[in-house]
Amino acid sequence: MLDLLIILIKIIALTFCVVLPLVPVSVFFERRFCAIIQDRVGPNRVGIPLTLFGFKKDCSILGIGGLVQPVADGIKLFLKEDFTPKHVRKAFYWLAPALTVAPALITACVIPFGSDISLFGYTEKLVIANIDIGPLFIFSVASLTVYGIAIAGWASNSKFPFLGGIRSTAQMISYEIALGLSIIPVLLYFGELNLSTIVQQQAEHGWLLLPLWGHDATHTLASKLLFWFPAVVSFLIFTISIFAETNRMPFDLPECETELVGGYHTEYSSMKFAMFFMGEYAAMVIGSALIVTIFLGGWSLGFGTDVWISQLRIGDFGYGGFIHLAIFLAKVVAFILFFILVRWTIPRFRYDQLMKLGWVIFFEAALINVFLAALIVAAPDLTAAITAIGAVLLIIVTATIIWVARVSEVKPPILRA
Amino acid sequence: MAVVKLQRPKLAPGEQIYLTALLKGFFLTMTHAVKSLLGKSMGAKELASSGLGVTMQYPEQTWDSHLPEYYRGAPALVTDEQGRERCVSCQLCEFICPPKAIRIVPGEIPSDDPWAKVEKRPAEFDIDMIRCIYCGMCEEVCPEQAIFLRKDYVITGLSRKEMVHHKDKLYQIGGIRTGLVNKWNELK
Repeated sequence: MLDLLIILIKIIALTFCVVLPLVPVSVFFERRFCAIIQDRVGPNRVGIPLTLFGFKKDCSILGIGGLVQPVADGIKLFLKEDFTPKHVRKAFYWLAPALTVAPALITACVIPFGSDISLFGYTEKLVIANIDIGPLFIFSVASLTVYGIAIAGWASNSKFPFLGGIRSTAQMISYEIALGLSIIPVLLYFGELNLSTIVQQQAEHGWLLLPLWGHDATHTLASKLLFWFPAVVSFLIFTISIFAETNRMPFDLPECETELVGGYHTEYSSMKFAMFFMGEYAAMVIGSALIVTIFLGGWSLGFGTDVWISQLRIGDFGYGGFIHLAIFLAKVVAFILFFILVRWTIPRFRYDQLMKLGWVIFFEAALINVFLAALIVAAPDLTAAITAIGAVLLIIVTATIIWVARVSEVKPPILRA
Repeated sequence: MAVVKLQRPKLAPGEQIYLTALLKGFFLTMTHAVKSLLGKSMGAKELASSGLGVTMQYPEQTWDSHLPEYYRGAPALVTDEQGRERCVSCQLCEFICPPKAIRIVPGEIPSDDPWAKVEKRPAEFDIDMIRCIYCGMCEEVCPEQAIFLRKDYVITGLSRKEMVHHKDKLYQIGGIRTGLVNKWNELK
């Protein structure tokens, strides 16, 4: 009974008080940051309405005026007419927005938000479901988002949403493979699929991309630095695939405004549109949370300070977990800012470029990276000769793949003016 | 020839992997971000920016002192230096007004009035500011130089009724204009 209650509290606290508020916050950051990049101001008026509570002025200092703008927009979307066009397939039309937003929020349940919290002798992890298949669970559930988009495109019964839906499906298929393959080296390295344990290991022995502390016999500096190269390749492929997975620029072909009106949500209005919008941003939040968890040390502050933070307590209440939660959220927000910077920097890919990037480059690169990582991880247990043979084989395979990719590339005919 | 064939530029190996271009792009956007935070964006000074980007933040700052001579704001009626309504209700502006925003009801000037020889003045002169497109045709067409486009642009109201400028309001905006038309003056 108590366990059930704790789980319920964790679901409410972490999903609805941590992940969901991050959605409007990231919308706000998106609008402000892009405005600043484009020499504009952005929403800066709808401050925290302190005047409602008897203060003289609304809080709008430090550039956080406008923080409540997404809330105002949300209220507007609630009050708008929920218009259902006559030509749509009703059941699926209604189902699609829910199918987009739900998976994104479900994936939040395996993300470790912080270290342990102890109260009255109980110790609880700040993760809703501490299961041993973390990344697999996320991939399996997050890929359901595409059903929402594809169904929305089909149910709208109109050509532009349909094209958007098709594009989304094709894009998801091509990037899901790279996404899954790129993470295998990491899992090989940690020998673990439990995200909490992965973060714990990173806190003790250095983040995957910053392995500078916590060296011991099994985690020597040399081995960690050697693994750094495949880790960076994984990180790049994984991050870019997450961009594609969350339909963010430069991969937002399913909803590219310049070609497809509004993409898959052209026929949607009011709260149904808002749910697509929310799903997209929730996916972005979860995506950056996943990247931070796997590659950037999750909730750990690093440099061996985490043990000290974990032991912080007032009387019976060990509050270190909350500090770790704050660190985690700071990292996630920083990564979201990176997402936004990318969106306003890189122009959208052409569709064939997108497909080529997914199938010809990332798929092969991720595959080679898996073998490279396997070789590096296994090297201490193998004799020098076998390692060398493996390395040579790997180089040959890499060269072959690059050669095949080059030869099979269709060269555009040379045109002369 | 209608078809223009063009040769795509050959990319250097560095450009082919696309990463240098990405870094350049990041550098560009971040430069813009930093400059706009410092209020040093290009053109910030000329556009009288508020200190963030190049934007002037409207209710606090206004563009009034930067308005050009030819700015076309709210149309208004004017009186001359002797307090005479210039408008003789010829209704040319009413007829030319493209969105039909002007409505005039002509009125007689009684014979005991000092300006009796002008014969007519508008009994009612309404401009519907919801319809007005600030084209300035009324000013252009007026033979008596009685209607002018002023620089007022903050025309607001809570109802359609409030957005109709009646005669007294129009004279209040317009004020007095001297010179130009003297044909009705005694002096002449």
